Amino acid sequence: MSSVPMEYYLILSAFMFIVGVTGVLIRRNAIVVFMCIELMLNSANLSLVTFSSYLGNPIGQIFVFFVMTVAAAEAAVGLAIIIAIFRNKLTVNIDEINIFKW
Amino acid sequence: MPSTINEYFQLMPFLIIGIGIILSVVIEISSKSSKEILPWFSIILFFATALYSITNISEHAVLFGGMVEVGGKPAIFNFIFNLGAMLVVMSSIGYLKKYGTYFGEYYILIQSSVLGMMVMAGSKDILMIFLGLELMSICFYVLAGINRNKLGANEAAMKYFLLGSFTTGFIVYGIALIYGTTGTTSIQNLIDNFGEYSSNIIFVTGLILFLIGFSFKIAAVPFHMWVPDVYQGSATTVTGLMSTTGKTAAFSVLIIMLTSIFTLNSANIFKPYFSAIAVLSMFFGSIVAISQNNLKRMLAYSSISHAGYMAVGLAAANSYSISGIIFYLAAYAFMNIGAFSVISIIEGENDSRTDINVYAGLNSKNPVLAAFMALFMFALAGIPPMAGFFGKYYVFVGAIESNLTWLAILGVISSMISVYFYLRVIVFMYFKDAEENFEIEVAPYSLSSVVISGVLVLMFGLFPDMLLRLITAVVSL
Repeated sequence: MSSVPMEYYLILSAFMFIVGVTGVLIRRNAIVVFMCIELMLNSANLSLVTFSSYLGNPIGQIFVFFVMTVAAAEAAVGLAIIIAIFRNKLTVNIDEINIFKW
Repeated sequence: MPSTINEYFQLMPFLIIGIGIILSVVIEISSKSSKEILPWFSIILFFATALYSITNISEHAVLFGGMVEVGGKPAIFNFIFNLGAMLVVMSSIGYLKKYGTYFGEYYILIQSSVLGMMVMAGSKDILMIFLGLELMSICFYVLAGINRNKLGANEAAMKYFLLGSFTTGFIVYGIALIYGTTGTTSIQNLIDNFGEYSSNIIFVTGLILFLIGFSFKIAAVPFHMWVPDVYQGSATTVTGLMSTTGKTAAFSVLIIMLTSIFTLNSANIFKPYFSAIAVLSMFFGSIVAISQNNLKRMLAYSSISHAGYMAVGLAAANSYSISGIIFYLAAYAFMNIGAFSVISIIEGENDSRTDINVYAGLNSKNPVLAAFMALFMFALAGIPPMAGFFGKYYVFVGAIESNLTWLAILGVISSMISVYFYLRVIVFMYFKDAEENFEIEVAPYSLSSVVISGVLVLMFGLFPDMLLRLITAVVSL
């Protein structure tokens, strides 16, 4: 387990985070955007578990449980909001959901 | 460290709201008249918590092995959250009837979001900050879209949700990096060893990601793009709650996280960041608000510029400016909730009557509402002797003490620009004739919410010492 250096995990996690941020910024489908947000949260989870394992203290792993719980609650609320908007507008493309403008 | 039973008793404000939420769920399930009971039950809960917090400020303690802080600063924040939520609930009673979205869940969600804010303000551990933030935010996502048949509310909820959880990603990643370098999530450890950590690039990156996340939550430029749409689309009373107590909670976390900078005279490495945010927010908010015709949207831009004034205090980072921020947050909470209550009374069905020309001739239709609206507009503009003036004054004096005179001068210029669009509302109400005729139905509870906010704004303005003395006594704890 500890034969893989810590940097490998951290670089993978940073890469996942950047993929998530890029996805949120360029994708237009609300559900795909939401999936990219989950990817960002999971990259943070990977970092937390890595640090926890290499520092030899359990706080990071406990934190991951809380992050996963919160992500589940967020998914429930988020999908409900996306369904509500689909009922009224019959689309989940965030470019077409634009009645407010400055 | 084993927890004693006494520690649970010291958690009284959290217990009142927490047990209240469970009871509210039971009432909602079991009683047919829950729609009449729940608003009053919430009002009693919020009032009891506010009263308990303000009378127990001196009982400062850190409980559960350094997880939660009670008394002191959190007590003042709890007072703002609960009194603000109480006023919002009062103005919601009439508003929800008008919209036909008279759900009992609405009040339970408000209670849960207030519990989340209280956890945020009382946290002494990053884990608690995260949990409180998410409890508050998830409730707000639902509340923003409570008018679920309106496309505007749906759009607001979706934008708020997507950008809010995007922000959460930044915050969690920042927390991961902070944890990785410090090996603990305790804020006390952060405060004690800040000087040592602040030379570590990974720690600073983590803290900057964390601060970027919270800059979204306080609605500062350049992280403001969700604010106007969400504030305009959400139910008016909910906007009142989000823009005041939500912002206060986010600021309370910033104050908790950066205490090390404020108290220990470590170098303020975030001064450039907060100065930039402050200048951009103040001017962007004040200038763009001038061209707005929708009052809710105008107040959204005004909320952005107020976040800028408060960020001046964070850039100054001395104990004087921090008490200034807390005073400003209290004043801002009540004047903004009052303004949104007036808007929610005048607003008709289907988001109609939120434009500024509806307010033409309001003085001849309903002089009481017009007088209070004028009071809130003067207070938001920062004209003495309203509370808003002293908030800005204390923050700017703090900035001058930290040799940030240029920032204070820019702040004064920006607030002079903002006087234009606040006074425009008053000109419409008093010096123009009504363009259209409509009946204003003033629900008595909504009116009492407006009156209480007005009295508080006047009181904080005429006797600022009363509140400021409480704040300065606890700000360095």
